Amino acid sequence: MSEDILLIVIKVAVLIVILLTVVAYTVYVERRIMARMQSRIGPNRVGPFGLLQPLADILKLIFKEDLTPAGADKVTYFLAPALAAITGLAAFAVIPFGNTIDLFGIKVNLFIADINVGLLYLFAMSSLAVYGIVLAGWSSNNKYSLLGGVRSSAQMISYELPLGLALVSVVLAAGSLSLGDIVKAQANLWFIVQQPLSFVIYFICAIAETNRAPFDLPEAETELIAGYHTEYSSLKWALFFLAEYMAVITVSATAVTIFFGGWQGPFLPGWLWFVIKLSGFIFFFTWMRATLPRLRFDQLMRLGWKVLLPLAALNLVVIAGLVAAMGG
Amino acid sequence: MNYLEKLIQGAAGLARGMGVTFGEMLQKPSTVQYPEEKPRVAERFRGRHILQRHDNGLERCIGCALCAAACPAQAIYVEAAENTPDARYSPGERYAKVYEINMIRCIFCGFCEEACPVEAVVLTHQYELSGYDRKSFIYTKEMLLVPGSNLPLNDSALTEGPQYRSNTPTFERHTT
Repeated sequence: MSEDILLIVIKVAVLIVILLTVVAYTVYVERRIMARMQSRIGPNRVGPFGLLQPLADILKLIFKEDLTPAGADKVTYFLAPALAAITGLAAFAVIPFGNTIDLFGIKVNLFIADINVGLLYLFAMSSLAVYGIVLAGWSSNNKYSLLGGVRSSAQMISYELPLGLALVSVVLAAGSLSLGDIVKAQANLWFIVQQPLSFVIYFICAIAETNRAPFDLPEAETELIAGYHTEYSSLKWALFFLAEYMAVITVSATAVTIFFGGWQGPFLPGWLWFVIKLSGFIFFFTWMRATLPRLRFDQLMRLGWKVLLPLAALNLVVIAGLVAAMGG
Repeated sequence: MNYLEKLIQGAAGLARGMGVTFGEMLQKPSTVQYPEEKPRVAERFRGRHILQRHDNGLERCIGCALCAAACPAQAIYVEAAENTPDARYSPGERYAKVYEINMIRCIFCGFCEEACPVEAVVLTHQYELSGYDRKSFIYTKEMLLVPGSNLPLNDSALTEGPQYRSNTPTFERHTT
């Protein structure tokens, strides 16, 4: 039993190190790809091909002055970035990123915890992450921050409903909330093929949840300076940055797990398939950010309530009907 | 059906936009990596000034100060002196004893070049003109004059050199 706990602790530690590195290099890769899409080169000065750029960025952020605005609510101001980053990292705990592998004679399952309400947990974590943003906006005592926070909460409310409905249709088809079971249910047919509409709805809502372009209203530079993290600097700001990219990775990993068969794939080992699919999604996020302009707030609301929600509900009814008809 | 049509049109628009950025990604970036790679400037680009010489080494400048008169930024200062038969700097009667251009004032309009009757002052393609203190931006005659033989020469140079007040436009632009 104690060996099991040790194994879990080691897995958690290794996963956090990997995730933080992946986040740092996601930023680098995004900057390079976006630069090429804008006919630039991107960071290429620090180390070979600029590969040490993330390190330089982190060092710079650590040495920056840590400011707290005079009128800020100190405790909340301090907790908000931690909340955003912790929920981002915690969400990854339930995602199966590979098959069971043999490591020095020990069978290691490549996930931290395959809990039976995995999807619900994932959902809860991504909802909690919004609190980080809202509280940051509120506690900064700055109108731009507050507007960013308010937008974020409004965005969360309008996009979690269709997101949830899209995922429920997958749960119906898989017959389980456990992500491990959902992956296994796709052994023959990925859910993207079976329910393409669910995926489209899920993905649009996921972009809105992560506050990424074209739904990056909470930090819209043109109107809100930097939105909810206007007043943040140094490592607190870095934590928000981490949270944003962590959210991108989590949302992508969720999409891979739920719609693209998870780690399953021919020839290559499971974790490699997972990494390949995940990279595809991260590239897509970057690609969209380089292409699509930001939506106006009313457009965002209209899309969420008047298009995605009815579509998701219709989709759910059709899928439920099909599942019932097939006696599932 | 109107709704569906609009939806498809919207999706097609998005896809077209994504296509543009993807295509751009495969192109060569237009960045010029400056200190290692230098951008090519246009032929008529106006950069740092030089003072030209005749083929025999005499200065073209005759100290007429028309450049200073033409300069809208009043960046040029010329102090002329007489040539003597034994100490000859230029083919004319006079030469520029002091010739200074204040590169902080200079707006690189090229009027000095236009005004010069003997094509002595010429703007080159050189644009890397930064310095660490204000004094270093006063370019003296020694700095502006293209390298050549040591002056003064004596009057014999006039017979082997070009004619007095030659204004032949066939000079090679010095690019240093």
